[in-house]
Amino acid sequence: MSVLAILEQDRGEWRRISWETLAAAQKMATQMGVQPVAAVIGEARELASKRLERAYAVDHPLLRDYTADGYAIALRQLIEKVKPRVALFPHTYQVRDFAPKLATALGRVLVSDVVSHRVEDGQLVLTRLLFQGRLNADLGFAGAPPYLASLQAGAHAVDQVEDGICQVETFTPELSPNQIRTRPAPPFREAQRTVDLASAERIVCAGRGIQGAENIPLVQRLAEALGAELAASRPVCDSGWLPAERQVGSSGQTVAPKLYIAVGVSGAIQHLVGMKGSKTIVAINKDATAPIFELADYGIVGDLFDVVPALADEIRAQAQGGS
Amino acid sequence: MKIVIALKQVPARDSVLRVEPSTNWISEDDLTFEINEPDAYALEEGLELKAKHGGEVVVLCAGPARALRAIREALAKGADRGIHIEHDGLEALDPFQVATLLAGAVRPEAPDLILTGLQSDDLGYGQTGVILAELLGFPHSTIVMGVEKIGSGIRVKRELENGWFQHIEMPLPALATVQSGIKRLRYATLMGIKQAKTKEIRCVTGGVTGPASGGGRIQVRRVYEPEKAKHAQLFSGDPKDAAAKLVERLRREARAI
Repeated sequence: MSVLAILEQDRGEWRRISWETLAAAQKMATQMGVQPVAAVIGEARELASKRLERAYAVDHPLLRDYTADGYAIALRQLIEKVKPRVALFPHTYQVRDFAPKLATALGRVLVSDVVSHRVEDGQLVLTRLLFQGRLNADLGFAGAPPYLASLQAGAHAVDQVEDGICQVETFTPELSPNQIRTRPAPPFREAQRTVDLASAERIVCAGRGIQGAENIPLVQRLAEALGAELAASRPVCDSGWLPAERQVGSSGQTVAPKLYIAVGVSGAIQHLVGMKGSKTIVAINKDATAPIFELADYGIVGDLFDVVPALADEIRAQAQGGS
Repeated sequence: MKIVIALKQVPARDSVLRVEPSTNWISEDDLTFEINEPDAYALEEGLELKAKHGGEVVVLCAGPARALRAIREALAKGADRGIHIEHDGLEALDPFQVATLLAGAVRPEAPDLILTGLQSDDLGYGQTGVILAELLGFPHSTIVMGVEKIGSGIRVKRELENGWFQHIEMPLPALATVQSGIKRLRYATLMGIKQAKTKEIRCVTGGVTGPASGGGRIQVRRVYEPEKAKHAQLFSGDPKDAAAKLVERLRREARAI
């Protein structure tokens, strides 16, 4: 029995969340008294120096381009060979695409987007968020293993990966071209980015709460007072109030400024993963239960249309005070 | 093209949520419900495909009697007919069980395309569509920004992470889960609302083994409010006072400005 971490690379590069998942698998294996095992579709050389019972490089010409069909068939064969007690995945867009299909093919149900886990009386208990982070739920598995779960980005620290020595084996699944029904084209980027939010020292981010494009200047004035870059949450960019290149979150840019001021941002998890590394987080929102306050160091509960101008004035006044 | 839109009715955004410990769910008293936002975009995509290529849009929704309102709203926006899978207590089912319910109702329809939102705003598993595709033997694609008909199949634009996209071609029948915000949502017209009253809504009762009979593979043990991991210093009251206090803290304490 083992905890099997099924890791992800992006065009040959390890993804940070893969190491988080590996750290979680090592920890969970210890808690359950079993061995950690890891696998990746791609090059697995770096796994040889990790504390693992074994590592698998899953390789097949039909897996060069990602398809849900190819990945689900290949990983089903791997899971049936390794027979893990638990299989852990990073909760990426790719995993969201194939893992529910893989679980169904195995007669199992994946617990998706897990933020923490514990072992209670020998049973695995997983915590995930409901209602975009406003409530938590603890879940357990029923029936026989393998149990499948995907882990949210940032739920585990990369520096907790334990080093060791392990043997890396190549696993070649049986796959034929007629099993792959979709035809993927190469990934592309829509437009060249001209705004680099990642290097900004201060960011003011507008959320759905600003209600319309006509209110952007309000937030912009605050950004100017602070010498900050203006950013936006997804709904603001989708509505065309600000261009997509200013979007922060899992589908936009990941930022970690010294100061992040979220204005009218409720704090959907897709947004939080893109900014939770910020040093000081300020939230301005009329809803005191908005998840953004969970992450914030400082907050103003109030109407942003009153608070934002007052804040901009205060910052300008202090700056002119010269201290 | 015959298109089925699977949609869910969820508590309205910004609802005040109260946990009901006896049911491991929230108290639904005083809540208003709406169509799950990503599902509303799936409906929009389906209606646009029908406008371009003809065919039929069938709305499928599982839930208690209140789900009829979500179906009627979709009919008023232009869907042709509805199927209501009557089921109280969907929240206690795992995504496989919900997909099984949907698959049972979809199979006799033999659609060319199924569209649904990428995830629900309440449970947020983000799996029901993919499992439904697997149960029906359809190829699928997730987090889709747009669907085009090409030859005998479709081409979808799929969102990847960090600003990347990808086109994927799929034969029909197929399923796609649609991203929120991909286009402007239409409103129901008065004429649409009037016409919706005459459109067919077929009611089917859901046959699924519930967790009570041991069918669920994952089980919710407890729903609760998150513990405050980090205590934010909150200021409220007069905006000017609150702003002054915040700036003071940002200067002296956080040294962020």
